[in-house]
Amino acid sequence: MLQLEGVTKRFGGLTALDGVGFAVTPGSITALIGPNGAGKSTLLDCLFGVCRVDTGSIRLGEHELTMLPTHAIVRLGLARTFQNLRLAPHETVLDNVLAGLVTRTPFSFTAAILRLPAARHAERACRLAALEALDRLGLAAKARWPAGVLSFGDKKRLELARALVAAPRVLVLDEPVAGLNRAETETVEAELVRLRRAGRTVLLVEHDMDMVMRLADHVVVLDGGRRIAVGTPAEVQRNPLVLEAYLGQMEVVA
Amino acid sequence: MDGLTRSRWLHFFWSHRLGLGVLAAAGAVLLFPWYTDNPYTLGLTNRIALMSVAVVGLNLFMGCTGQISLGHAAFMAVGAYISGILTVHAGWSPWLALVVAVAAAAGFSLAIGVPLLRLSGHALAMATLACNVVVHHVLLQEDRWTGGPSGLAGIPPLTAAGWAVDDPVRLHFFLWFVVLVVMFGGLNLVRSLPGRGLMVLAADEVCAACLGVPVARAKVVLWTLSAVLAAVAGSLFAHTYGFVSPDSFGIFVSTDLAIMVVLGGMGSVWGSVLGAAVIVLLPEFSELAEAYKEFVHGGLLVAMLLVAPQGMIRGIRQAVALAWWRAQQGRSDAAA
Repeated sequence: MLQLEGVTKRFGGLTALDGVGFAVTPGSITALIGPNGAGKSTLLDCLFGVCRVDTGSIRLGEHELTMLPTHAIVRLGLARTFQNLRLAPHETVLDNVLAGLVTRTPFSFTAAILRLPAARHAERACRLAALEALDRLGLAAKARWPAGVLSFGDKKRLELARALVAAPRVLVLDEPVAGLNRAETETVEAELVRLRRAGRTVLLVEHDMDMVMRLADHVVVLDGGRRIAVGTPAEVQRNPLVLEAYLGQMEVVA
Repeated sequence: MDGLTRSRWLHFFWSHRLGLGVLAAAGAVLLFPWYTDNPYTLGLTNRIALMSVAVVGLNLFMGCTGQISLGHAAFMAVGAYISGILTVHAGWSPWLALVVAVAAAAGFSLAIGVPLLRLSGHALAMATLACNVVVHHVLLQEDRWTGGPSGLAGIPPLTAAGWAVDDPVRLHFFLWFVVLVVMFGGLNLVRSLPGRGLMVLAADEVCAACLGVPVARAKVVLWTLSAVLAAVAGSLFAHTYGFVSPDSFGIFVSTDLAIMVVLGGMGSVWGSVLGAAVIVLLPEFSELAEAYKEFVHGGLLVAMLLVAPQGMIRGIRQAVALAWWRAQQGRSDAAA
């Protein structure tokens, strides 16, 4: 589905990504992990065309993404959440989710201003989809609240709702449970399990190792801009390079 | 009325609130001349209508991109002067002149917008201000066509089906009809799916792009749309008063337009009309507001940003919601 090959990104003298390659298989949850500064965020920025890769290729299905502008990449079927919240605080919760459905219709000012029938019907269908997504994440009762007054946990789930409502081919989640309490984490996890059962594809960037081990089908480990390991959670957990990256170099005692 | 009927009515009103709002506004416009046909009062409300057309446009640009323009009076000037020159010097029909003037403003805004919109924030505000200064200067200097500082007189009114739109009552109906059409288009845009993306664009360009908003194109389209509406307002201004002078389109008119946007609320179409009304009517309540116009308008802007940065419409709505919520709390406390 999503295929990265030899992705390299330099910022001046710093090589943030050094020939990173991996594949996200359809219908699976692939976790991307690594210590702080490993290049996870840079990789997501490159994936979405927020910054340009220097060399390498990123393919979604048969489309090459590296030369496309962000909005065109998103229209091919990617959606993401952000590590630090990026919501429109003064708009309602429902309107924020509807913003996740921009890709459902062509971005036409004429159709919008004249309120052409096609645009009107699409909007009605989208409203239902948005309410359904809010309902699944337990936010339906707050649909008319301004997004800014929600608790941190609700805001995180609102971002998740906004990303998954458009049913993207690959859903990219940047630390979806960071800072959540246990109950909130459980609703997010339940939603991820449900998505996988529905055959959806997820790329998960996460620090919560327990959750990665429980949910992920494949794990990709980055460190210092390189891919140091890839495999099932159990394989990765035993990999000495991974242990070293996370815990520092260990002397073997006894 | 039983509970079910009541909730059905509430649902009807809520789901059709926009159409009903525009209908109510149209009714008010229709009946207003029966309430008063005082030419002075109608002169004021017609001026509000003229400004509203430009302010709705500017508000779509400022509210959806989060950028500030301090140069939209330049587009009003282009609309007004091209309309004036074509009718006075070339003897064109006012309608044709209006269409050509608006098309010229669209081309002009596109030509300066494509390079300018690479700027943002204060740099863009300054660049638009500079454009306004340049246009103002050209109007002063090219006196062979524009009449220079003494202005251009004798611009004919628009005519519809043999009726000249020249007395206050006819102008009232015509101008407010234009305002309603513009408002309806603006409201449609704001609540469309692209509009939901644009409201994100105002706060966060990266996030908007990641939601599928073509950021660069959206900015240019909104800029041109706002310039077109400013030019329509300018052209209507010329045909309404029959006279234009450079000082009607100076930089302080531009700043007034931006202040009207902020008073009404960025991104609020209804607020645009309210903001225009406040600034136009202010001198009616106090001599001071006219004599120290720049100070008063500037002070008003600062006060608004401190008290209710979201603008009057949203500020009032939030205050009402808060009061309602407090009342509900009080009731449930009393019950407990």
